[in-house]
Amino acid sequence: MGQYLILIYTDEASMAAMGEQEVGALMAAHQRFGGTHGAALRGGGWLHPTATATTVRRPDGRERDDLAAGEDALVTDGPYVETKEALGGYYVVEAPDLDTALAIARQVPEPFGGVEVRPLRPAMQDLQGS
Amino acid sequence: MRTPDAGSAVADAHRREWAGVLAATVRVTRDLDLAEECVQEAYAQALVAWRDGVPARPGAWLTTAARRRALDHHRHAAVAQRALPLLVVDEVAPEPVGPPPDDLLALLFTCCHPSLTAEARVALTLRLLGGLSTPEIARAFLVSEPTMAARLTRAKKKIATAGVPFRVPAPEELPRRLGGVLAVVHLVLTTGHTAPTGATLVRDDLLDRAHDLARLLRSRFPDDPDVAGLLALVLLTDARRATRTDTGGALVLLADQDRSRWDAAMIAEGRSLVLGALTSRPVGRYAVLAAIAAVHADAPTFDDTDWPEIVGLYDVVLARWPSPVVALNRAVAVGFADGPDAGLAALDALAGEPRLAGYGYLAAARGELLRRAGRREEARTALEEAALLTANDVEHELLAGRLETLR
Repeated sequence: MGQYLILIYTDEASMAAMGEQEVGALMAAHQRFGGTHGAALRGGGWLHPTATATTVRRPDGRERDDLAAGEDALVTDGPYVETKEALGGYYVVEAPDLDTALAIARQVPEPFGGVEVRPLRPAMQDLQGS
Repeated sequence: MRTPDAGSAVADAHRREWAGVLAATVRVTRDLDLAEECVQEAYAQALVAWRDGVPARPGAWLTTAARRRALDHHRHAAVAQRALPLLVVDEVAPEPVGPPPDDLLALLFTCCHPSLTAEARVALTLRLLGGLSTPEIARAFLVSEPTMAARLTRAKKKIATAGVPFRVPAPEELPRRLGGVLAVVHLVLTTGHTAPTGATLVRDDLLDRAHDLARLLRSRFPDDPDVAGLLALVLLTDARRATRTDTGGALVLLADQDRSRWDAAMIAEGRSLVLGALTSRPVGRYAVLAAIAAVHADAPTFDDTDWPEIVGLYDVVLARWPSPVVALNRAVAVGFADGPDAGLAALDALAGEPRLAGYGYLAAARGELLRRAGRREEARTALEEAALLTANDVEHELLAGRLETLR
């Protein structure tokens, strides 16, 4: 049994253009998804758009004497990587194998993009569990 | 010193039993690399052990030997830090309680998993089910050995890390997954039929593997029309193998092949499979491609070929599964059905197709049609271009011969 992160990528412009009814329908779809796969779900979330993102990174050329970005880190407005379809949400699922995780991933409601399925390293699972 | 008997028995068993022995060993090791290692050791052991007599069931002997090795390895590996997670393998009821698990089919579906690239799927299949070496596979796909080795390693790592299961997909998944497996077998067939590179036209090892894989699928999915269509295509294509080159290895064109030496049994079986597969709706791509091969097989001489029928079948393929290579083949058929000028007109429509740029067969087909139309100068230019574009020595020789006649 392992855990998989399902990253939901979406076209933010299309998402923003949705009417109230469509947003309601999408939320209801996610609720149904949660109901169907509740036994496998270990977490999930819906992100605010990338316009609200702030990136913190190590300034270029600084000696790598510390693993953290540190006090003189470069703080900038926006996501780490600009992409047409941006990370908009995620689920963490527990599944015995990739086929099971993919079967769940196929059911994730996402009208303007797609999802990426990544196995979580066991160590990360332990951290989460503790 | 080993007796020739033991050596040839082992070679024969390598050809026949490799995939089954490996698949059964994977179930025990739950690690593809370790399974390969154990099976290789089992074959090495057989070279010595079989001097005193070849076992009645070589496959069972090899499986037992490989699995015993695997258990030894397991004891060592239990202490050592494992590099990769264990494969996901379903528990099975021990024989004779339940039916034996179909390890061979599980291995095939694992190798052809959609989460792997198309290149990785075919490479893994040839390696794990076909028993081909990394250099042999690299040569078939025009990449260097290190590149192919890296491709195989990466694919095995993904299977283990992402949790691709060692399992035959559930019935609701099967139709989608089977399509991916058929595509791999078809690629093995076309690559073997005309090797993209090298001194020989045909890669016998690849054709044999395509044959075995299509037969394996047919034995497991006897009612599937796409499987029937693919096996028919393999048989009808391969029936001509012996006549496609002469004793010196030079290419013999379809027009000049000795049709009496085509394999009649393969053709008969292929034809009957095609007839069955063509009745299913919607009709499958492999069935139509096999039907084209069947029309060729049915013609007693090249001049008797029913070209309008072939053009019609290519039209079906193009309408449902458009591809520039199929369009090129159709244009060649038009050139025989309606004459070289009509063929050239059909080819001209493909001139701007970027996916055919650098494709030697386009220039070769054009040169051949121009030659038949009596336009010798232009024919020479086109055939010279084709000769520059092929990396297969045998094709190169044929083009050089054609050019000679135009001087």
